[in-house]
Amino acid sequence: MGKLKSVAELESLRAQVLAAPDRPVVRVCLGPGCLAQGADKVSRAFKAAIQERNILADVQPLIKETGCHGFCSQGTLVNLYPSDLFYVQVKPADVPEIVDQTLREGKVVERLLYADNGARYRSAAEVPFYKLQHKVILKNVGLIDPLDIEDALKAGAYRSLVKALTQKTTDQIIDTVTIAGLRGRGGGGFPTGFKWRKVVENARENPGPVFIVANGDEGDPGAFMDRAIMEGDPHAVLEGMAIGARAMGAEQGYLYVRAEYPFAVRTLNIAIEQARALGLLGQDILGTGFNFDVQINRGAGAFVCGEETALLASIEGRVGEPVTRPPYPVEQGLWDRPTVINNVETWANVPHIIDHGAQWYAGVGVPHSTGTKIFSLVGKVKNSGLVEVPMGITLGAIVEEIGGGVPGKERFKAVQTGGPSGGIIPYEFKELPPEDLKLDKVGLQPRGFMPMELKNLPVDFDSLAQAGSIMGSGGMIVMDDRDCVVDVARYFLRFLEEESCGKCLPCRLGLKGMQEFLNNFSQGKGAPADIDALASLGMALVDGSLCGLGRTAPNPVLTSIRYFRDEYLAHIVDHKCPAGVCRDLITYRIDADICNGCTLCAKNCPQACIAGANKEPHTIDQDACIRCGVCMDVCPVDAVVVA
Amino acid sequence: MSSSENSATDVINFFIDGQPVAAEPGWTILETARHHHIHIPTLCSHPAVTPWGSCRLCVVETRYGKRVQVIPSCLNPPVAELEVFTQSERVKNVRRWVLEMLLAECPASREIKKLAAAHGVTATRFAITDPEEECLRCGLCVAVCNEVVGVQALTFGSRGVKKVLETPYRVPNNACIGCGCCVSVCPTGALQKRLDTVRGDLSRRTGHGFAH
Amino acid sequence: MQTARQDIDTILERYPRHPQHLINLLQDVQAEYSYISPEHLTLICDHVGVPVTQAWSVATFYKSFSLEPRGEHEIKVCLGTTCHLKGGQRLAEACERNLGVARGQTTADLRFTLDTVNCLGSCALAPVVMIDNDYLGRATIRNLKKRLDESDDGSD
Repeated sequence: MGKLKSVAELESLRAQVLAAPDRPVVRVCLGPGCLAQGADKVSRAFKAAIQERNILADVQPLIKETGCHGFCSQGTLVNLYPSDLFYVQVKPADVPEIVDQTLREGKVVERLLYADNGARYRSAAEVPFYKLQHKVILKNVGLIDPLDIEDALKAGAYRSLVKALTQKTTDQIIDTVTIAGLRGRGGGGFPTGFKWRKVVENARENPGPVFIVANGDEGDPGAFMDRAIMEGDPHAVLEGMAIGARAMGAEQGYLYVRAEYPFAVRTLNIAIEQARALGLLGQDILGTGFNFDVQINRGAGAFVCGEETALLASIEGRVGEPVTRPPYPVEQGLWDRPTVINNVETWANVPHIIDHGAQWYAGVGVPHSTGTKIFSLVGKVKNSGLVEVPMGITLGAIVEEIGGGVPGKERFKAVQTGGPSGGIIPYEFKELPPEDLKLDKVGLQPRGFMPMELKNLPVDFDSLAQAGSIMGSGGMIVMDDRDCVVDVARYFLRFLEEESCGKCLPCRLGLKGMQEFLNNFSQGKGAPADIDALASLGMALVDGSLCGLGRTAPNPVLTSIRYFRDEYLAHIVDHKCPAGVCRDLITYRIDADICNGCTLCAKNCPQACIAGANKEPHTIDQDACIRCGVCMDVCPVDAVVVA
Repeated sequence: MSSSENSATDVINFFIDGQPVAAEPGWTILETARHHHIHIPTLCSHPAVTPWGSCRLCVVETRYGKRVQVIPSCLNPPVAELEVFTQSERVKNVRRWVLEMLLAECPASREIKKLAAAHGVTATRFAITDPEEECLRCGLCVAVCNEVVGVQALTFGSRGVKKVLETPYRVPNNACIGCGCCVSVCPTGALQKRLDTVRGDLSRRTGHGFAH
Repeated sequence: MQTARQDIDTILERYPRHPQHLINLLQDVQAEYSYISPEHLTLICDHVGVPVTQAWSVATFYKSFSLEPRGEHEIKVCLGTTCHLKGGQRLAEACERNLGVARGQTTADLRFTLDTVNCLGSCALAPVVMIDNDYLGRATIRNLKKRLDESDDGSD
């Protein structure tokens, strides 16, 4: 297949692909979650079993290795077409049975169906985890073969680009995106159409090239939606970028992908090669005279490069140190030319907006936060994975209904959104005395406060900001009673300290300083007044830091002080960690009634401080114990408890 | 724009701490303040190099219409009618914390002690890692060597709390011409002590390549 | 393994002589040799036309570059938020004790390099450890130890 020279040639290729005879399809999820559970081996097993048995020789089932299906906690996931069966927790050993029973005989392998509360579900659409979701961006992720552009064309890829090239003026494209109300998915929620307009205006005043950048430097721990898009539907990103390039008159795009995502880089490289081969990227695209190409830049391992000025420095081959704004990248970006930077998920929204129209898009979600948003729902939640929901859905609906609540007997405690820049918000509303809101006064920066049950909190840009958190890129980490907020706040600070570029003093010294406070608290040291001092130091970072990393870094600390001051006080005043996490405030004990004397703990204890005869209850020498938790980890009968 | 010629010569009138001030086009808020003898503390600012904005001591609170911000005065030009506050609570909060942390970071620096004391900070609650340390990684030496001398003999290695002033492989750099500009711009005198790590042992260098 | 000049030429030729390709070249050399030697750093600088000081700051700033040889097997303990909540820290400490190195370091016999990463995106299986290109989901000190023994045997 050579280059397509016109829109008609593209549509004829699409018609040809669509006309191909229908084959049974086995879609094996190769998303990061399933891959970690051996999905590649499952896929290989399918291919081997089919070849070996030579079944259905006339209509060989197609084994499709797709992107993330979303329901990571049940991996490896397998979806079948045309039966629409949905198998979960598939192991390579299950494959021959699926081939023999389902592919050959058309029978259902009952034990591989998803079961919950006694009910079994045949197809994915019926499963509660998927039911409340509204898939727009993720629709093709998990459906198509990301390494095959023809499969993407079959699903409608590049239809919107054609529309943008032939039916819309550049102004109309920007208007559509503006009216749709699309806001940046990377964290800030800046209106995308406004940004695009600025670039066009700046380029008009100062003629020359403009550049567009897709930010795929997804660094928030616990967030992997950009990865799912890049690995599952790479052409959606390329098409979105091409439409943006058309609207802004850019001829070169850069796709900046996080260092830890080698699969995404490979998938995108293949997608770019295939798009170039068909003439969907490159010179004179589809004979319209429009030129646009994309280059991949691999990140080199720096979270701060998610900040746009640092990202640009990195693309230019320099140290990823942010610079002060203004000038904004839309004024002076790459090589001092107007540059628009949008998150990967933002770009993937663009084709849908052009395809279905601004009104349709604005009708999804809530006013000011339109469309859908992908979240990675992880932590202490039963169903974890990737979920796409309309903006404005309540936190409770995501966590309880889609997530299925907290597993085990623990109680839901809090949700952390927005990663290290976001906040920890309690699941149940606690009435706080006004003096507890004192920290808001420190910076003279009145922040909103939610007078409602936080599980009823609508998940949109503005509501989350009011609760003191941010949407961020979409990480949603559920915490239960065994998670300590002091520890989590400390964790994020340590993460950011490692990732800070070190340029400005409030961030470089402040992240260290704030940790000193929290380290003391976690050891039961300090005075209640130190909590206010910590909040005040946090505000110094908010006001004094150069870039977004430092300015938002105190959020987990500030929100946890606001909502969980009692837990801080428990550490400082009572010298207790209510969640049983902070090492200096807990002891490990072996329950003599449960211990079966298997000696595993004693053998693994690095301090050799566990004593006990074979088949007799063991005991821990508290003076020598370093509370490393190894005994708890290795105990086969859960006899080790934290007190 | 037809007014662009005019605006290039028009002064910008705004307020610092309630006092009306005028800035020449191109001046930053800091430069305007200095021109009007209004004191704003700085450590990383030097007229010879492009402002880098690392020390953040020069932050000021600005109000423009409804928009209230805390911004570094060394990097931001004023706009007409802007209200600038150099001593607001938010500004003082940033300065006091930075100075208190600097006392722990650069305990050997007399300049920092003096500056901190001037802002009422005389003790630090933070842990001191190196009692001999004076360098605050302000970047002036790196900037002057790069922008003014044009040799890039020294740079920052690593990042974050590990950020350190060094030469490649931590051996003296032959690119160094021994001009001493880095020493002269250093706000704390830290570079005086470590010049030999950049320049190397003078007795082992041949003559050419040196400025003097 | 390397006669620096010849092998690196093919890598250098992949990119035009422009400073913007400094990071790309460092990445390719890192991938090929598992570290960046002083000779290679100089050759890269000559190719893209930047002073060694600049390349030094870039190579030490970004986490994925190593200026020292790395071990045969790379162990990456994930310390993403979910892995942290589910005991990733304890796993990392157990690795440190077992291998006798701190995170970021390589064992003296150049067998293992121990690293921590911030989120591998496999949060549903937390805690996760990556050994070379293989994931170990729902890792415990026990199954991690077993896996490490296996990969050590496998290479002999």
